[in-house]
Amino acid sequence: MSDLLNVRDLRVTFQIRREGAMPWAAPQPLRAVNGVDFALAPGETLGVVGESGCGKSTLARALIGLVPATGQAEWIDGKDLLALTPRQMMAYRQDIQMVFQDPLASLNPRMTVGQIIAEPLTTHRPDLPRAQVRDRVKAMMDKVGLLPNQINRYSHEFSGGQCQRIGIARALIVEPKLIICDEPVSALDVSIQAQVINLLIRLQKELGLALIFIAHDLSVVKHISDRVMVLYLGKVMETGPVQALYSNPQHPYTQALLSAVPVPDPTIETAKTIVPLAGDLPSPMNPPSGCVFRTRCPRARAECAASVPVLTVGDHQVACHFPGPLTEAEIAHARRTEAA
Amino acid sequence: MTLLTLTDLSVRFQTNDAEVRAVNDVNLSVAAGETLGIVGESGSGKSQLSFAIMGLLARNGRASGSVMFDGQEILNAPVKLLNRIRAEQIAMIFQDPMTSLNPYMRVADQMAEVLTLHKGLSKRDAVAESVRMLDAVRIPDAKGRIRLFPHEFSGGMRQRVMIAMALLCRPKLLIADEPTTALDVTVQAQIMALLSDLQRDFGMAMILITHDLGVVAGSCERVAVMYGGRIRETGPVRPIFADPTHPYTQGLLDAIPRVDQDDEELRAIPGQPPNMSRPPSGCAFEPRCPYRREGCASIDPPLEAFAPGRARACHAPVAEVAARHMRADPQPDLVAAGDALPADDTLPAGAVAGAGAAGATQTPGSEAKP
Repeated sequence: MSDLLNVRDLRVTFQIRREGAMPWAAPQPLRAVNGVDFALAPGETLGVVGESGCGKSTLARALIGLVPATGQAEWIDGKDLLALTPRQMMAYRQDIQMVFQDPLASLNPRMTVGQIIAEPLTTHRPDLPRAQVRDRVKAMMDKVGLLPNQINRYSHEFSGGQCQRIGIARALIVEPKLIICDEPVSALDVSIQAQVINLLIRLQKELGLALIFIAHDLSVVKHISDRVMVLYLGKVMETGPVQALYSNPQHPYTQALLSAVPVPDPTIETAKTIVPLAGDLPSPMNPPSGCVFRTRCPRARAECAASVPVLTVGDHQVACHFPGPLTEAEIAHARRTEAA
Repeated sequence: MTLLTLTDLSVRFQTNDAEVRAVNDVNLSVAAGETLGIVGESGSGKSQLSFAIMGLLARNGRASGSVMFDGQEILNAPVKLLNRIRAEQIAMIFQDPMTSLNPYMRVADQMAEVLTLHKGLSKRDAVAESVRMLDAVRIPDAKGRIRLFPHEFSGGMRQRVMIAMALLCRPKLLIADEPTTALDVTVQAQIMALLSDLQRDFGMAMILITHDLGVVAGSCERVAVMYGGRIRETGPVRPIFADPTHPYTQGLLDAIPRVDQDDEELRAIPGQPPNMSRPPSGCAFEPRCPYRREGCASIDPPLEAFAPGRARACHAPVAEVAARHMRADPQPDLVAAGDALPADDTLPAGAVAGAGAAGATQTPGSEAKP
């Protein structure tokens, strides 16, 4: 089966003046996304995880053309999305929709729910009669679990979970092939979060959607994804099928991330070993040479500073000179250096 | 030894619309050196509870009941007394370190201020002590960095500064209100490890307020689960996580995806939290509860002890809830529509789309304004 989306060497670079630099100083490049490759099959879910500042939201924005990017993003029909003019891109926006993090901020407070959900439809299919638009909006509201008779209400009258349903309905109304979800549940309470996740999974199965699911919560990503990609400072550290990546993480960063996730079981949580990461995230303006993770890696050696590790080929890919599970001794060493 | 005892603590807010009952008759105690977790979703009253203890309620808030700290009544106490107790005896750290630090002041100045005010130290001694405390919270190069402004620190480091500032006077009780919610997981792990180390070193008690059950599992000895302004279940952490006896606790634990297990479908709790300006007459969880029965809608069950150290507020028998015989498995569509549906599910799932649900939108259960 051919890929729905095939991304090669995606790069997003912002020109930013350093903090404290003089106004006439030349701006420096900040490489928010620094050469990301991935392929997405139709109906598949790709989870993207990483800490704040790793470039996961920028990646999403680049794919739908909200920030300028270089590289290639080949759509299923062979067109490169990044090379399209804005007018040409319009046609593809119908196929790629986005759901945002803050459910309330991403809805226009002066539009009714009906208008919000109908807007993509009236934009992309201006010839559709109004009665039909209304019918489709109502059908969609029903599908995402909103009462169709609430069509004339405003977004402030809804709770956070319901607003996220409105956002999902708005994305689905033009029958896209791919939905990019940028932290869709992180603003929601646990019990509501589960409702929205279940809704997304159900809709995906029904409509055969592909999802790019961006989140910092590794448990949520595990639950919803087929494949997962771990980003650090704009680079892919590890990517693979969800089972392989979570049960057998190869990159030290993935291992550190997974070990830090709190588990709601006191017996496991108090007994587990957390891989400590030394220091803070380096500035993306001035990333470390070689492997970007080396400054915090429990296994960093001289070679890591000298050359950039390339992503291995295959199903489960890792970008590390010395992949493999961390040993007890390495974790203990990391703990000592962190405490010092 | 009991350090803090809350008796029938209630918090009410007067708003233009209605009186909001944020906290209702909470009874709790914290022993010296103990860690108590308070878990709940937004609007459950967990933060207002801690604000009431500290005398930090908003102007339109009124607290009633009693808060005994170290044998002294501190609820609605005179500001003069509160100012001695705050920081010196009870300290608090907040969710967002950036908004709780003064952006105009260097860290050295804001930390030293605490010590000059409360302990009467000279500025020089106060700064020296502050540096020692920054060392204790493992901020590298504390001596140099104390001269910086808060914005020059990263999120995790800022939270460390907050913790250091809170601990300057060696309080007996630290209230941490969502201390790691704004942080990344790896940083969260560091901060939680730091807090438990400091707690051991300083021998202080801690109240950890969070929505994250995983964080509670890792660092608390006892936990109180709040919903709709009341404590629904309380007890030692292990038995509560192993066999929760309140339907809400059970629902919460079932609703979280787990990184260490392959879960099938998440069991979402249908519906949404109650609106506390129009609290339900009975149990606040009743509209969402799979074990609800006659009486649940009219009588709010009191918190009753049923085993040593454990208490729960529920009409359903312990055995029934513990056996997990969900009486009505929430169907996916009902779960979805439950957001907007009224409390009673007399409407079949299919009727949601029809006009039959027209009256549903104005019920107190939904958040819609009249």
